Amino acid sequence: MADNRGAAVRYENVQKSYDGETLVVKNLNLDIPPGEFLTMLGPSGSGKTTCLMMLAGFEPATHGEIFLNDRPINNVPPHKRGIGMVFQNYALFPHMSVAENLAFPLQVRKMGKAEQQEKVKRALEMVELGDFGNRRPAQLSGGQQQRVAVARALVFDPELVLMDEPLGALDKQLREQMQYEIKHIHENLGVTVVYVTHDQTEALTMSDRVAVFNDGIIQQLSTPDSLYEDPQNSFVAQFIGENNKLDGKVVEVNGSQCLVELGDGTRLKADKVNVSGVGDKTTLSLRPERVEFDPSDQMDNLVKGRIEELIYLGDHIRVRMNVAGNDEFVVKVRNRGEKRKLETGDIVPIGWSLNDCKALDAVA
Amino acid sequence: MSEASDTVLTTQDGRPLKASLRKALRREKLRAFLLIAPLLLFVIVTFVLPIADMLLRSVENSIVEETLPKTVQALASWDPTSGKLPDEAVFAALAADLKVAVKEKTHTRLGSRLNYEQTGMSSLFRKTGRHVKKMKEGPYKEQFLEVDKDWGDLDVWQTLKRFSPPYTAGYYLAAVDAQQTPDGIQMKPEDQRVYLLLFGRTLFLSIVITVSCLVLGYPIAFILAALPLRTSNLLMILVLLPFWTSLLVRTSAWKVLLQQQGVINDFLVWIGVVSNTDRLVMINNQTGTIIAMTHILLPFMILPLYSVMKTISPSYVRAAKSLGATDWTAFWRVYFPQSVPGIGAGAVLVFILAIGYYITPELVGGTSGIFISNRIAYHISSSLNWGLGAALGTMLLAAVLILFIVYDKIVGIDNVKLG
Ligand SMILES: Nc1ncnc2c1ncn2[C@@H]1O[C@H](COP(=O)(O)OP(=O)(O)OP(=O)(O)O)[C@@H](O)[C@H]1O
Ligand SMILES: [Mg+2]
Repeated sequence: MADNRGAAVRYENVQKSYDGETLVVKNLNLDIPPGEFLTMLGPSGSGKTTCLMMLAGFEPATHGEIFLNDRPINNVPPHKRGIGMVFQNYALFPHMSVAENLAFPLQVRKMGKAEQQEKVKRALEMVELGDFGNRRPAQLSGGQQQRVAVARALVFDPELVLMDEPLGALDKQLREQMQYEIKHIHENLGVTVVYVTHDQTEALTMSDRVAVFNDGIIQQLSTPDSLYEDPQNSFVAQFIGENNKLDGKVVEVNGSQCLVELGDGTRLKADKVNVSGVGDKTTLSLRPERVEFDPSDQMDNLVKGRIEELIYLGDHIRVRMNVAGNDEFVVKVRNRGEKRKLETGDIVPIGWSLNDCKALDAVA
Repeated sequence: MSEASDTVLTTQDGRPLKASLRKALRREKLRAFLLIAPLLLFVIVTFVLPIADMLLRSVENSIVEETLPKTVQALASWDPTSGKLPDEAVFAALAADLKVAVKEKTHTRLGSRLNYEQTGMSSLFRKTGRHVKKMKEGPYKEQFLEVDKDWGDLDVWQTLKRFSPPYTAGYYLAAVDAQQTPDGIQMKPEDQRVYLLLFGRTLFLSIVITVSCLVLGYPIAFILAALPLRTSNLLMILVLLPFWTSLLVRTSAWKVLLQQQGVINDFLVWIGVVSNTDRLVMINNQTGTIIAMTHILLPFMILPLYSVMKTISPSYVRAAKSLGATDWTAFWRVYFPQSVPGIGAGAVLVFILAIGYYITPELVGGTSGIFISNRIAYHISSSLNWGLGAALGTMLLAAVLILFIVYDKIVGIDNVKLG
């Protein structure tokens, strides 16, 4: 399994249309190296499932080619692709016991009985359901069903596993636990995982890389931290985490930095990410926790804002402010236990570093 | 544990919890009952009572005792196996009974009834009835023998004696081609047996029809369930079309198609598959019954199948394929088992409808394609042997119930999904 083999999965100029009128997937190019945990993240209808279904072989690509271990698979039927798949509703066969469900992929591969049993047993132990082999899926809780589905997708040792919103039906606590377990299994087995979700926390905590989808296009493909720290466009900045938007115009460019003038004349320094030059309209993106009250004079950006609302959230306090005419400006202040002297209606100085302020494409 | 189950739970005021719960629910039950009362009444009057009446008729036999009360009493002491005719007292009683019966004109009915058991009884009673008024006081035996020498026949008296109790198993015996002879219950002679053959044929043809409905209906339901809702609704109209056409029209259409000078035969001759001299016989026999009834009952198979298949998520088959199953394996191991409840429902429905079907076999079945129900209809409306018709109907009902129970034991009735 040398990594010089190239990509485990490669989408090459893939397009997909269901009705011949609109492109659901527009020119997708994506390389997934072996062993990677890649997440497709995006809002509903952005084409994530479609990409997964084309990879699994249940939907033909309208144009382009998909490669599995450098082998084109457009004409390979689904059952010959050897890809494990976890469905959103698990799709456990209701008329078979858990053990029979797990044995199914082994039976169709004509594996010996003893070996089957051995593998089923090991797979069940991997997901900590050793004693549940004789139950029917309907007799399991949602979380247990989910684990069986994962075990079934892995029991025949596929090199690639696809998961389409596998945790969508679980409650928050169980989700978090399962996220951890799936991640753990991935690390232990070294399989390539393509994971689909529209839950950004899930994507950020589990993935090696995240592909953010919108409108059939990958908006950004990068590691979770750079997705958060260095969004490449406004959609990503909006979609991942919380984000303050300030609309303005570029008035000066200075290497990788630029100066932006807001509607009310305030001038702010920003990291030049997705603007081409002076005169461009831009939307500044700024994370709420990067804004400081009582900034030192050396701060790159210093402005004044009026406090509109204070919301106490335990570990932090959300402060909604009016800054430069934008009254949706949110600042998160860590709760350090000291008595805060913030009051609604106060006008206070705030500031932030230019590296935390990204000049991105303008939101219409 | 035992403590908890021993103590009776009570409400605040100390009454047992169960009793107060029952009281609380009583009003609701009463209301529910009132809501269903009209339907219940309707069902009782039009369904339960007729069936009870039918069950009764199949064993009821009070006509002999009612028409000839004195004779029946006098016959009680006669031993039918003695080989001797009854004594004078019986003949005297018969004369007295018949005089009353002739006045009330009930003797011919009795004759017809006994004629089912022994031919000649009808004319015997009719003839005797004409002469009984003129009979003189005094020994009656000779006078009866003079009117008709059949009164000297032991068989006549044995039949009278055998059917004098108010209840009889005679109809049921007849329904299974058996009869009660002085030597006990025996099968009828080979050439007089009809009903067992008819029951067997009804069962066999119903099974054939059910299977052909399944074979034809399963793929259609499968496709309908896989299509998008708009298209499948449109196609569903085609499935339901037979429902909206008169049964008679449909059956007659089959006549046009299937007869020897019909469309199908003409076509086959034209393309040279069969020669003009031996055209296929496809109607007025079992083939006709099977074809026409399969057509008529097909929707009853498709609809439950469709509604069950509709609930089978396509992701199961996809999952099976992603796990390495070929199209066929995915269908056979994953899809098919989940469609079994639909097969069960459709098969039970079609089979039960088929087993009691009447019109179609009557019209296209000829003699070799008729069902037991045609025989029942014959006894109800033509021969007026209602007792035998009732016995046959009861047996048909029992057969269906037994099959139902067997089905429940094997497949489980809760596996049947009608939608
Ligand atoms: N079988 C289909 N026929 C026609 N259009 C489809 C089909 N499946 C999906 N689409 C359309 O393709 C687009 C993308 O769908 P897709 O299922 O890939 O979205 P998704 O990103 O998985 O969304 P979600 O998060 O809601 O699952 C949607 O606009 C959808 O309406
Ligand atoms: Mg989806």
